[in-house]
This record gives sequence, structure tokens and C-alpha cells, in this order.
Amino acid sequence: MNKKSLESWSPWILLVLSILIWEGLCRGFNVSEFVFPSPSRIAQQTVEYRDVIAGHAWRTFWVTMVGFGIAIVVGVLLGFIIGSSRLAYAAVYPLMTAFNALPKAAFVPILVVWFGIGIGPAILTAFLISFFPIMVNIATGLATLEPELEDVLRVLGAKRWDVLVKVGLPRSMPYFYGSLKVAITLAFVGTTVSEMTASNEGIGYLLISAGSAMQMGLAFSGLVVVGAMAMIMYELFSAIEKHTTGWAHRGSQGE
Amino acid sequence: MSQEAFVDFQDVWLAYNDELLAQNHFAVENINLQVKQGEFIAIVGPSGCGKSTFMKLTTGLKMPSKGRILVDGQPVTGPLKISGMAFQASSLLPWRTTLDNVLLPLEIVEPYRSNFKQKKAEYAERARKLLGTVGLGGYEDKFPWQLSGGMQQRASICRALIHEPKMLLLDEPFGALDAFTREELWCILRDLWTEQKFNVILVTHDLRESVFLADTVYVMSKSPGRFVVKKEIDLPRPRDLEITYTPEFTNIVHELRGHIGAMRKTGAAINQ
Repeated sequence: MNKKSLESWSPWILLVLSILIWEGLCRGFNVSEFVFPSPSRIAQQTVEYRDVIAGHAWRTFWVTMVGFGIAIVVGVLLGFIIGSSRLAYAAVYPLMTAFNALPKAAFVPILVVWFGIGIGPAILTAFLISFFPIMVNIATGLATLEPELEDVLRVLGAKRWDVLVKVGLPRSMPYFYGSLKVAITLAFVGTTVSEMTASNEGIGYLLISAGSAMQMGLAFSGLVVVGAMAMIMYELFSAIEKHTTGWAHRGSQGE
Repeated sequence: MSQEAFVDFQDVWLAYNDELLAQNHFAVENINLQVKQGEFIAIVGPSGCGKSTFMKLTTGLKMPSKGRILVDGQPVTGPLKISGMAFQASSLLPWRTTLDNVLLPLEIVEPYRSNFKQKKAEYAERARKLLGTVGLGGYEDKFPWQLSGGMQQRASICRALIHEPKMLLLDEPFGALDAFTREELWCILRDLWTEQKFNVILVTHDLRESVFLADTVYVMSKSPGRFVVKKEIDLPRPRDLEITYTPEFTNIVHELRGHIGAMRKTGAAINQ
């Protein structure tokens, strides 16, 4: 196996190794499955409850995607406004930072009062937690434009809008895709946290109900599923990023 | 050729903001300059003497605090669309191919802008031709980061010329290149200028470059940023690289070097 293929297989190898050690420890020390279930037990329960898990996973998935979709729209718009005007940048940025420092889980009870138990709080929590990195990255991409480049265009009579559309936006695309990868995983966190207290469906709800029924295997299945979904979406955006903004990820020796 | 000046600076002073203006602290001062149609001028001087400021004034990116600037008989009131610019950094857009980079000005400047979509093929042809003349034929569809520094700079000059400007402004365009590539690009610039006779304002540190290319060389002093020496270069044209090894050439370079050396010693302006 050469170095390159070892590198691409390394996460899988590490994963398999961890599972084997985990399994070995559980069996060797005879750990009770009510405390810490072994991987085989988790797998067994996952298969046993696959329909239930699939239902909850689907719910969590689409709720997350809706929240994430709103986050993209709002994040891009806000980022565009903040990044294209110095005044807006100065005014909005400190407030947004303060807002970002608030724990989003703390919003859930408030959202429940406003929207009741169900999808409302989950979508909004996913949105609240994930729009910030998108906004910051778009704003940064626009605000850090090289002055020479701006002069080249302005001397041609380019309006501010031209500069933004021809240079600012394409230039911030790598930042944008980079932020999507971070934001999608955060969105799953938001949905799950919200579902734990304010829903009767979804992986978050599954985790709580399995936990209170001492079904530790099932609770762990939930964790695995939500982790796998986040991972797949991350890889998806990673692939889109590489495909669309390859110019920003070139190696040092060019092609 | 009309005798009326194409670029006409009449006692121009510029302070970067009102505070500096109140303190009588100017980036450039007392600039009087007349450039004929089609003339190639070079501005040399120490770093930070306001050469780039002068460029911004000429293109209308900055307005003078005092004085008047006329270009092509018209007072400058805003960015001049009849000019093209290139800088030390090629500042090509990495997500566009070389061809699309060169086409960028046509997407912005009228009258090309309004018919860019319909006439794209024709414009692309023009860009290919221009790239061919600077030796970039075959590299149109490469991305800038796949080109060498010298090639990027050629593409950058093509971008500055694609809309057929009357005036080309170059701010140390060859500063980051090695000596051989630099001389190669001097010749390319010389040929483009000989053929199209646009006005060139070249800002540079390199005295040999200024003497080889320009009709007139201006020496600027630092704080205050003023023009202190005007030197007409009467070497015959067309000039070949060989000329840079002749005594006449060396004498001019030497003389200019003397002016700059004296300025650095005293820090004051010297009279012509």
C-alpha cells in the first residue's frame, strides 16, 4: 500500500481499530450494556429498531436542512451587507459577536413558548446556530478585497456593485463553502439539542426516550446516526467546494 | 500631432484628508506637467515620494486638493474610462482563465458593456490576438496561477489595453520580475506602444527601464513630493536592447542617478 492510499484509508482504519478496542474492553471487563454498550450490541439494536431510527433520522435530517437553508439565505444576505459597507460592518459586527456568544440551547424554551412543541423550535435552533459562520465568512471575503484590484476596476468606471459582483462574490466563494462545512455540522447540533426538549420526533427525542427507558444501545445508535448524517453532509459540501473553487485549493506546484 | 497637452497638470497639490490639509501636509505638491499626445513618460523617485499618488490623480481616482488637471482637454472629475492600469502585482482573478481576465474590462466599460454578450466571440478574438502579440498564444485557457510571473504580468498589461485606452498607467509593472524577463517585457511594451501610440505613464524605480522606454523622464523628490528634474531622452527610436550598453545611454542613467543621489543626501529639492 503506497503512502497516498494509506492516507485516504487512514480514517477508516482508525475507526475500525477504535471499534475493535471498544468491543474488546466491553467484553474483557464485562461492562453492563446499561452502562456502556459494546459496538456489537449497538449494531444489533440499530438493526432491530431500524424502522424507528430511520423515521426519527429522516425527521432530524429534513428539519436540519430547512434550518440550514434559511441560515444560508440569511447568512449570505447579512454577510453581503456587512461586507460591502464599512458602516454596516462597524455597526453590526459587535452585536453579532455578542449574539453568537449566547448558548443557542438556551433559546429553545423561548422558541417553545412562541412556536409550541415540534418543528418550529428545531428549525430555528438549527438556523440560529449555523448562520453565523456563513455570515462572517462572506463578510470577510468581501471586506478583504485587494485595493489594487478595486482600482483596476474603478478606473474603468466600475460601480461599487460591479466590483462586488465581478470580484467580491467570486472571491468569497471559497470562504463561503468553507463555512458551509462548519455550519452544516452545527445545524445538526442545533436540531438535536432542540428535539431533546421540544419535540416528540427526531433523533434528539429518540436519545431522550431511549435513555429514560435504559435502552443504551438504542441511544448510542441515535448518536451514531446523527454523526453519520453530519459527516455525509460535510463530505458533500467538501466535494462541492473542491469542484467549484478548485482555484483556491491548488497545490504549491500548480497542476 | 496636436501641440496641445494631452495630460495637463496645473499647479496640483494633494493632501490625503482634511486634517493633513489643515496642517499643510501634502502627499504631492506644486505639480506642473504637460504631456503630449502619444508621449511616453516615466516617473522615477525614491519609495514613498508620491508616485502612486500621482497615478491616482491622473486617473481621477483621487481629486486634487488644489489646482487643476485636464486630460484630453477635459477637466478630470471622476475615474477616467479612457485609461488602463497595471500594477506590480498582476492582480489577475484566479477563478478566471487568462482570456476571461483580459476580457474583464469589456464587461465594465461602455460601449462594450452593453453588447458584451452578443459580441463576446468577436471580443474574445481580439483578446486572443492581443495575447498572441505579447507571446501568450496558447495560454488563453490556462488559469493565472498556472503561468509564470512574467506571463502573468503580460496578461495584466493585455487587460489594461483590451479596451484600447488612450492612456496606459503602469505602476512598477516589472518590479517583481527577474532581470531577463524584465528586459523581454520592456521590448514587448515598446512594440505595443510603437504600434498603437497610446500615452504611457510609467512609474518605476529602475532608471535603465525609464531611459530605455520613455520620451521624457521625471524625477520626483520625497517629502515634499515634487517633480524636481525633467529629462528629455533624445535617444533615437526604434531603440534596441543593445542601446542600453552604449555610452550615451549610460551617461543619461548616470546623470539621473546623480539627481536621486543628491536628493537622498540633502533630502531637499534641487533646482533644474
